[in-house]
Amino acid sequence: MSYEFISGSQAAALAVQRVGVDLVAAYPITPQTAIVETLASFDALGSLGADFVSVESEYSALACCNGAAAAGARVFTATASHGLAYMHEMIHWCSGARLPIVMVNVNRCIGAPWCLDPDQGDSLSQRDTGWMQLYCSGAQEVFDTVLQAYRLSEELLLPCMVVFDGFYISHTYEAVDVPDPEKVREFIGPPAFEAQVRALTQLNIHGIVSGEQYHELVRRRHLAMMQAFGEFETINEHFNDLFGRCYGVIDAYIPAGADTVVLAAGAVAETVNWLLPVIEPVGLIKLKMFRPFPAVEICSLLEDNNIGKVIVIDRNCSVGAGGIFARELKAGLYNMKKKPEIYDLILAGGIDLDEKLLAVMLEKVATGKADHLEWGRWIY
Amino acid sequence: MKQEEKLLQEEMICQGHSACPGCGAALAVRYLTRAIGPNLAIALTASCWSIIAASPPLATLKCPVLHCPFPSAGAVGSGLRHGLNARGMYDTTVVILAGDGGTFDIGLQAMSGAAQRNEDVIFVCYDNEAYMNTGMQTSSATPFGARTNTAPYPLFKVGQKKDIMQIMASHGIPYAATATVAYPGDLEQKIRTARDIRGFRFIHILCPCPPGWGTEAADTILLSRLAVTSGAFPLYEVRDGCRWKLNRIEGIKKSLLKDYLIRQRRFKDIDRDRLRILQEEVDRDWEFLIEKERLSDRDDHQD
Repeated sequence: MSYEFISGSQAAALAVQRVGVDLVAAYPITPQTAIVETLASFDALGSLGADFVSVESEYSALACCNGAAAAGARVFTATASHGLAYMHEMIHWCSGARLPIVMVNVNRCIGAPWCLDPDQGDSLSQRDTGWMQLYCSGAQEVFDTVLQAYRLSEELLLPCMVVFDGFYISHTYEAVDVPDPEKVREFIGPPAFEAQVRALTQLNIHGIVSGEQYHELVRRRHLAMMQAFGEFETINEHFNDLFGRCYGVIDAYIPAGADTVVLAAGAVAETVNWLLPVIEPVGLIKLKMFRPFPAVEICSLLEDNNIGKVIVIDRNCSVGAGGIFARELKAGLYNMKKKPEIYDLILAGGIDLDEKLLAVMLEKVATGKADHLEWGRWIY
Repeated sequence: MKQEEKLLQEEMICQGHSACPGCGAALAVRYLTRAIGPNLAIALTASCWSIIAASPPLATLKCPVLHCPFPSAGAVGSGLRHGLNARGMYDTTVVILAGDGGTFDIGLQAMSGAAQRNEDVIFVCYDNEAYMNTGMQTSSATPFGARTNTAPYPLFKVGQKKDIMQIMASHGIPYAATATVAYPGDLEQKIRTARDIRGFRFIHILCPCPPGWGTEAADTILLSRLAVTSGAFPLYEVRDGCRWKLNRIEGIKKSLLKDYLIRQRRFKDIDRDRLRILQEEVDRDWEFLIEKERLSDRDDHQD
């Protein structure tokens, strides 16, 4: 075991290097740039082992990954914010094409106006594209999740987005256990999917189909993605055997006597984790997997622990509806007999959650003074 | 083996595809694929050929065809090249196939990126001078003065046709050439030349479109030939972005421009002023081409 003191971005890049990809398509955007720069530095040292392609846009970055993955290659790209939005058409296409592409998205606000802070609206606005989404709340988790994303993606033939907050995680350094390449190779194995493009073969790949055929393809894609819960568990058992740590689609801490839990994804979940001793007996549900959405797992956890109130922290806002995690949770709880109250704390703009803000929110909820939608900067 | 049987055996395109009668683009791809030979993979962007390629599991071409979104061809084709290389398939030629919309307009950026990186692919633009798959809307490859469904009577396309060859030559790519279906020998020779060069190669093929241009299906070859002999579509090659070579065809006459235009419904009522503007554009382009060829010859002498 060897620890390295690295940032979340460097952790992502190191994971990609350890996985051993065939192609990296690179385009810069703050706060993602350090990932492709780190990969470029590996390339310069001859330790990347992949074609490093400096494309002219994010759209082309994903398009380039699409072409290479269709030929059976293992690929990687990373983006953020406007870059992700610019890729939107290709994001849909890669999922429909059933290509096991892994992409990192570093959360950042989408303009106007320009803003670099870690709003999650960029990745969440891609929730209906058929990509799996895994959120991370620390550099170690980033490293581990990138490795796991390749396994998950190649097993289910669906693309996977690994998501973490700009600056809070991308630019923050921590000690990360970076396993030996041989051990990573033991976990990952060679690419486990067939090439779609086979030379000297008469193939019409992703050519035009009828709505009836499209209907069936969407159904199969949906069924494949719903296997992600079980597959993620299997992958993490293997991961635990090799590396001695693992993740669930949700990770929860519910202390005895808890009536209220906080649900959050990304860096802010780790913030709440740190504040748990101060806010006892409040519990925490860390949402790891957002697509597919683990509604069943969350429902049974809430039911088993007889939870009465859930505070959802949304570093995003679907304008005209509210926080996206809260809305997903409410839809997921529809069939619960005894539904908990849901309070949505909006931190759109990626604003900070500190001890004081959380304490005020908890106090308001406990005393029945909280609205179901509270704005982080209007709460006092 | 009889000559016809041999040709049929080499044919990469199947019978019974869904191109319109007299489709220049179907002919262009027939010649293109035959000239390259069986070991090729095509990245195909949204265009008439998205339909001509058939609905899976049917397949019009006897090679892998990877469909891709409209703006993406240059980048998907680049990725395909790297992916095939990763699997050791260096001998498979990657062709990016796009219409004029997917080349001159929405595909320009990704194509420029691939050309600038000198990706080892052949980018083939089959140019029917408008968005024909969606029913004849103006593109930046539409010539000045033409009617389209986004420039209907009494309007007409304003602004000249974009000089895509000049743009691609400016990338300093190893090989670029123009061709058209009336000269299959010339077209296939250029494809074979391109096939045997490494790096980014660009082939611009003018393809008459009977429903779009408003012409008879039987006149596709005649119009393709008139485009060349009238001087409207010169045939030439550019190597390394700086060595220009005109392919001199017999019978080029300026007076044929009107003949070329009035056979097409989109130019049916072209007036003297618009004809004059088009003639000036053709004359100027020729002067430039001859001058560029002259400068290229001088460079050759210096070698």
